[in-house]
Amino acid sequence: MRVVLAEDLFLLRDGLVRLLEAYGFEIAAAVESGPELSRALAELRPDVAVVDVRLPPSFTDEGLQCALAARRETPGLPVLVLSQHVEQLYARELLADGSGGVGYLLKDRVFDAGQFVDAVRRVAAGGTAMDPQVISQLLSRREQDRPMGRLTPREREVIELMAQGRSNAAIAAQLQVTERAVAKHTSNIFGKLGLPPSDDDNRRVLAVLAYLDRGDPGRV
Amino acid sequence: MKVSNALLAAARGLWLAIFGMATSILLLTLTLVSLVLTVLGIGLFTTPVMLAGVRAYAALRRRQAQAWADVGIPDPYRALPARRPGLAGQVEYCTALLKDPATWRDLMWLPVDAVAGSFLALLPATLFLYLPWGFVLALGVWKPIVRADGAQWYAFIPVTDQFTANLAAGLGCALAVLAVFVARPLLRLDFLLARQLLAPGWATLRERELAQRVDRLTETRHDAVDGSAAELRRIERDLHDGAQARLVAMGMSLGAIEALIESDPERAKKLVAATRADSAEALTELRDLVRGIHPPVLAERGLGDALRALALRMRMPVEVDVELAGRAAEPVETAAYFAVSEVLTNAAKHSGARQVWLDVHHAEGMLRIAVTDDGRGGAVVPGGQGGPGSPAGATGSGLAGIERRLGTLDGVLAVSSPAGGPTMVTMEIPCALR
Repeated sequence: MRVVLAEDLFLLRDGLVRLLEAYGFEIAAAVESGPELSRALAELRPDVAVVDVRLPPSFTDEGLQCALAARRETPGLPVLVLSQHVEQLYARELLADGSGGVGYLLKDRVFDAGQFVDAVRRVAAGGTAMDPQVISQLLSRREQDRPMGRLTPREREVIELMAQGRSNAAIAAQLQVTERAVAKHTSNIFGKLGLPPSDDDNRRVLAVLAYLDRGDPGRV
Repeated sequence: MKVSNALLAAARGLWLAIFGMATSILLLTLTLVSLVLTVLGIGLFTTPVMLAGVRAYAALRRRQAQAWADVGIPDPYRALPARRPGLAGQVEYCTALLKDPATWRDLMWLPVDAVAGSFLALLPATLFLYLPWGFVLALGVWKPIVRADGAQWYAFIPVTDQFTANLAAGLGCALAVLAVFVARPLLRLDFLLARQLLAPGWATLRERELAQRVDRLTETRHDAVDGSAAELRRIERDLHDGAQARLVAMGMSLGAIEALIESDPERAKKLVAATRADSAEALTELRDLVRGIHPPVLAERGLGDALRALALRMRMPVEVDVELAGRAAEPVETAAYFAVSEVLTNAAKHSGARQVWLDVHHAEGMLRIAVTDDGRGGAVVPGGQGGPGSPAGATGSGLAGIERRLGTLDGVLAVSSPAGGPTMVTMEIPCALR
């Protein structure tokens, strides 16, 4: 699997290259600025891009802007955005086109190499990987809503993991239940929130994220 | 009514003219003599006395202007130094008096008042007095005057026979009617003339304005220095108790792991996991600290998106409406961001609001921010527009803190929060967008 990596700090870039190579990824390019990233994405057509939000020369959200621009050019281009801080605002922009293949994680998540690599693979396969912090913020905002209030504690755990982009198998492993039990929980959740059922894992996750991020139908 | 008012004005004018001319000339002469005597040293003692007299006289005129013609004449004098005993004190006091431009304007006013002022003040009375004089002439007094070969002019009429004397009486009536209409305006004109010199001159006004500005700047500079010192102390404490302590702990754990890695790999593994958790904690603390110093979204996107991101992080729904054609200077953006953050936190904590509206726009060189909530109201800025030393200056509670922080940028804060709500907090910061 070919990866384009954009990170301006040498130590982190070097560490990420080594980590990804150790897990069998092929580093197509490891760049350190916005313009280089845009060029690499256009020319190398990687399977997935791992991008730091803040990049030179402007040191603003240049990495995010490059990623969004590249995804407008090539819809569905898998991009995993890394940042020192997570903002719902940015998550919303990444998810806006509704085509999946996006990830948005805190840089600390790299510490758990297994989970991080799993997230990269998921994004490359067209799935999503949202940072638990983004999801918990979204959930806490929706806490007082009536449909959300009807979820059982276990269903809340499931929706939290699902919104992060985990597959049923991964959720089952994490909660130490069977995959079938998870499937039952998810269909209950969809019923309670009034979302159309879907067999496609990715579309299902996007529907949940869109629901969580939407305005407040329960209150209007 | 009109006639009696006019007569009163004429009488006052007469009094002003007679008393005024005499006093003005007397005071002017004495003061000038006293000033000349300063060369000999005597003036040092007499001048303050004379000037006190001049000021008292001018003060009387200011009061009359207010009472008789509704003409307000503000006080122009500088604050005088405390009078120290001895010759040095006398010299100092006298110098301060003579350095005040208002003193010289007072002295200029004396001759102007004696001449032009008295003329204006005398005019209404004169117009009225023509009336009885005209009738006295018409009743026959013209005869002895003409017989004595006296040429008697009544205004512009040469009185030589009964007919012209009658004309004079007619003219007297006309002048009296005219006086009824012009007496009060003329008196007012007299006071307006006095105001030209007795009110603070342009230089004094400018001086006062500057003095006020200096006071304000001194105050806000104190706030800024105090604020940034407190901020640095907070950052130091947070780093010391947070990330720094965690790094020390991690270093110690790593030492332990090094010792255990061969003898007890199981425990070493557990320690590694704990250390990793520690490092994640340290990062979280640093992240929060950074957000408190300068929020990353503000650096990356500017005020509009930073406020949108802030709104998304609030528990209650916040409707954000930002209209900014560019970016404000960084200190303005930061101050505005933290001010809004504080107001939103307040609203979330105390107001019980279910909805908040945040409106940000830039017009006429002002960044204007309004935060409105539908909560229960009753919010106050403790101490109001408190200066340094006021209770607000000391307690530094939420809104007062914002007020001080905005003050360093010449910004202002206003709170409207009737009991029962809604609460509206508006902020204005002068700035240009680029």
